[in-house]
Amino acid sequence: MKRFEYQEARTVRQAISMLQRYGYSARIVAGSTDFLVRWRAGVWNPEHVINIQRVAGLSRITYSSRNGLRIGALVTVRTLEQHPTVRRRYPALAAAAASFAGVQVRNLATVGGNICNASPSGDTIPALLVFGAECKIVGPDGERWVALDQFFKGPGQTVLETDELLAEIRVPPPPRNTGSHYIKHSPRGAMDIATVGVASLISLDGRRGASSEVRIALGAVAPTPIRAYSAEEMLRGQSLSQDLIQAAANAARDGVRPIDDIRGSAEHRKEIVGVLTRRTLEQALSSAARGPLNFEEQRRLTVQAAF
Amino acid sequence: MKKQLKITVNGEARQVLVEPYYSLLDTLRDELHLTGTKKGCDEGDCGACTVLLNGNPVCSCLVLAHAAHDGEVTTIEGVANGLELHPVQQSFVEHGGLQCGYCTPGIILSTVGFLESGEEPTEENIKHALGGNLCRCTGYSKVIESVLVAVKATGKWAE
Repeated sequence: MKRFEYQEARTVRQAISMLQRYGYSARIVAGSTDFLVRWRAGVWNPEHVINIQRVAGLSRITYSSRNGLRIGALVTVRTLEQHPTVRRRYPALAAAAASFAGVQVRNLATVGGNICNASPSGDTIPALLVFGAECKIVGPDGERWVALDQFFKGPGQTVLETDELLAEIRVPPPPRNTGSHYIKHSPRGAMDIATVGVASLISLDGRRGASSEVRIALGAVAPTPIRAYSAEEMLRGQSLSQDLIQAAANAARDGVRPIDDIRGSAEHRKEIVGVLTRRTLEQALSSAARGPLNFEEQRRLTVQAAF
Repeated sequence: MKKQLKITVNGEARQVLVEPYYSLLDTLRDELHLTGTKKGCDEGDCGACTVLLNGNPVCSCLVLAHAAHDGEVTTIEGVANGLELHPVQQSFVEHGGLQCGYCTPGIILSTVGFLESGEEPTEENIKHALGGNLCRCTGYSKVIESVLVAVKATGKWAE
């Protein structure tokens, strides 16, 4: 543990000028739930910690049918979980938030922090990926937008420059007849990191129609969260039968190259990808055709209570 | 360099000089000598250090002390009303919701936070609300039973 100096930014501009001044010796924190753990473990050793928790305007979450969901980077995972519009229109995202550690961590951890830490297993990320989230990045020369699936470069690595900040996440409104689901596979429910996490989204052309959009995102099976593009391709525009869903699930399974670690072997992870891809697609299809589950039911299918 | 921290703990305004890297937990225990809040894992897994920060349960080991500046904290020392136990505490005593007691302050604070949150106190919601609190003695059935009784005692039973 290396001692650090602590400062708080009150505006985005102030945070960026601190980042410019301190460069690589600085680290941004918000909820600090990941930071304090890794600092105590000696993994992160910044000389300057810049807390952005009190930056005005980044804690808002709003929805409009035209622009969709706008999530300030400082919105907590708990707020995401409890937000009525997120539960109704982005059910996989609300359930993913509920699968994220304990309430005491969710009350602190921010959506922006979960994205910027760029863990392959970050629980909010697969759901955000299937909804087509985009990131608003602010730097000294203004803002730029990056699609979330272009945001990650490796474990803990993102496209953010040292003087840039993730300010907002925008999630387009899902079309009518869209269903979504996330399943976190973890031996200890919400309290452990996902061994594998899978989110799926299906939009139908009318309630009985062919699929107009299919997206599948996988966590903890690659250096970053990833989309299963070839499996999606097999389903897009098709009438979705059990056999076709199974074939896509097999393609997702065969397309990943996970690693062995303490939470599971590569072979185990591959199998779980196949199973969870099928299950999340089936639930997404059912919700697209018959309307979403209520939050409690969706949560039950996403994660078991920890005891 | 130590900086002044202003914080309201159990209704009392406090000022204390704290290092920038101190957690809220270490501040409560080592600077304010409120040792009812326990340190278990110091990494957000066990929930023993749970306190209410501005009304919400948080792991105080994961909060930078200065991030709680101007905040309101409730610890286990502030839950009872003088010598009269809070209904949640009373219920844990009467229904065997604890054995060694190390995890208990955190579980009590999580429960109090949950009952104040307005969430419907179903057994399933209670289990999710307490999922971040580990107990290595009782198992959890006595804990859940104690909470369910407290729910009835506080009138926070929606059904």
